[in-house]
Amino acid sequence: MYERTVISTSRAKKAEAALPRFAFTRADVEAIAAKTKEPAWLTERRLAAWQTFEATPMPTLNDEAWRRTDLRPLKAGQLALPSLNGKGPARRAPAYLHKPLVGKQQGGLLVINQGKVEETALAPDLKKRGVIFTDFVTAARDHGDVVRKFIGRTVKSEDGKFAALSAALARTGVFVYVPKGVEVELPLHSVIWDRGAGASLFTQVLVAVDDGAQATFVHEAASPTADGQSLHAGAVELIVEDNAHLKFVELQSWGEHVWNFTHERARIGRDSTFDWIFGAIGTRLTKSFMTVDLDGEGSTAKMSGFYFTDGDQHLDHDTQQNHNAAHATSDFLFKGALKGNSRSVWQGMIYVAPGAQKTDGYQANRNLVLSKNARADSIPGLEILADDVRCTHGATVGQIDQEHVFYLMSRGMPRPEAEKLVVDGFFDPIMQRIPYEGVRNRLKKAIVEKMG
Amino acid sequence: MTTALEIRNLHVNVGDKPILKGVNLLVKQGETHALMGPNGTGKSTLAYTLMGHPGYTVTAGQIIFKGVDLLELEPDERSRLGLFLAFQYPVAIPGVSVANFLRTAINARRRAAKPDDKGIPIPEFRKALKSKMDLLSMPHDFAGRYLNDGFSGGEKKRAEILQMAALDPEIAVLDETDSGLDIDALRIVAEGVNRLAGPTMGVLVITHYQRILNYIKPQFVHVMLDGRIVESGGAELALHLEEKGYDWVREKYVEKT
Repeated sequence: MYERTVISTSRAKKAEAALPRFAFTRADVEAIAAKTKEPAWLTERRLAAWQTFEATPMPTLNDEAWRRTDLRPLKAGQLALPSLNGKGPARRAPAYLHKPLVGKQQGGLLVINQGKVEETALAPDLKKRGVIFTDFVTAARDHGDVVRKFIGRTVKSEDGKFAALSAALARTGVFVYVPKGVEVELPLHSVIWDRGAGASLFTQVLVAVDDGAQATFVHEAASPTADGQSLHAGAVELIVEDNAHLKFVELQSWGEHVWNFTHERARIGRDSTFDWIFGAIGTRLTKSFMTVDLDGEGSTAKMSGFYFTDGDQHLDHDTQQNHNAAHATSDFLFKGALKGNSRSVWQGMIYVAPGAQKTDGYQANRNLVLSKNARADSIPGLEILADDVRCTHGATVGQIDQEHVFYLMSRGMPRPEAEKLVVDGFFDPIMQRIPYEGVRNRLKKAIVEKMG
Repeated sequence: MTTALEIRNLHVNVGDKPILKGVNLLVKQGETHALMGPNGTGKSTLAYTLMGHPGYTVTAGQIIFKGVDLLELEPDERSRLGLFLAFQYPVAIPGVSVANFLRTAINARRRAAKPDDKGIPIPEFRKALKSKMDLLSMPHDFAGRYLNDGFSGGEKKRAEILQMAALDPEIAVLDETDSGLDIDALRIVAEGVNRLAGPTMGVLVITHYQRILNYIKPQFVHVMLDGRIVESGGAELALHLEEKGYDWVREKYVEKT
């Protein structure tokens, strides 16, 4: 009897902690739709998304894509929606976020502070040429037909529980449209700034670059670290039509209390190029699905990403390069350093569809583990259904080589400086792929801060 | 206080294995010493131990430099005190350019001397680096290459001497700097060393062969065997070794013990 008691005790301890349950309701969706005075089709889209959200089970460690990312510590029931009638934020977003990140000038700036548009500007000549660059709600109201044409083309509610939640509840977001043949020289820069714990934020970022057009779009998401938990769930949809060019720089520096879930997907048309630079240094936990569909023949996608984690951060990125057409090139390099008890997960996949001959695909994830308790999981994958392709991949998890540190110390650098220089060197191949000094400086600053 | 490197009865283990078994050596500023000996007698162990490599354990003895007990210091502190080691096998540091590396090293020295130092101004650094590269017949694009990454044997050795030139040490230890160099590369490297050496620098040339000593003329030559210096003399000793090999030293040493 005694033994049986012990067994049942240990079972009780092992019992699965409850999965997170959000307190949001369909009435919340309806209230948001009423408040935003949006077109009917968008409300319908929200309600359909809500239905999908409700029908989709919360991911667990038994789901392949979520095997290494545990949602149970998220106290979802305590997260509130942003107030529909609140006054504006008490303080402006930090000044550095209002400054250009790329180059000295910008073609447009949009700063959204806790859901409210704090600053919005678009160069008059771009406006005249039909460029749209505004927040999501305004775009839906004023340019409903254009938004409707592109929204949901790459990210769908069915892609996951959080994709559906974001589609149902988002009031914050960015819309970029570059009409056919328009070349936007100066970057368009958007910032989403948030703060506080116990909050939830849902965003939709939608970028469409039409045939023969080109643009550079910089998007930053940031907040200060607070006690407790916050939620961000968002979709990033990037549509690059035929013979078009998009450079997309994305920096994520949410506070280290934020639980962040994103579905980001780009679709690249014929003879188009897409250059995606992304950096992740914030959040308590991130699960991001990042996909590029090379749908057009002769399309090219280059992806260059970095992350640097410390403390208890957990960053999980699923990346997918889908070669759906022949003669397409994808080149993916993702480098990360880890400190403290932090953990990173990368699962990458190059998929080559039947008939996508002459595909040239590359993916690599390199990790530098800087502490005993940090851990990086790096899982590349190839699924090739065409026979005339070149696909290569690499995944490494390493530590600082003490011989390197000794060599640098023998030239007079104290150990922390020597280690920092090795880390700088580790990130250099990514730096080389980032043509923007402002973005490189942001990474450098993160390295300095994280290296202590 | 003289700027001298004094090694007293140094015993060093690698793991449990004794490698150095009582080395005594005095190198003063302005002097050039050669340390010769067959492979595996502990020459490189001495070099690494001088610089403070964590893989080498000093079990007895002292190393005194400028009146300071070096064994109490970290490798970076030894470097900033004025000791330099040109490595036999310098490691490649991917992603770190020669220029970035040297500037960081110079700035580390400046900051150690003066904590609020802003670092060497870039134009001043560039100018200094170019002139040092010219001294070693190095093309200027060398500064932009990743340190030792994909360097040929000769480039690696030249890069070591470039670092020596940039850091301006008081005692330099050259560990097999001649190995793997063809005669032209050897001459360039040796000429570089000679231009840097002078009354303010002491040099300890560690070598297996006499060849480099045709270019870098030592006043003192020492022979190491089995973890000890067993024979010391003037420049003529090196020539004698070149002619007769190490066997006679070995025989003499075995007789003595």
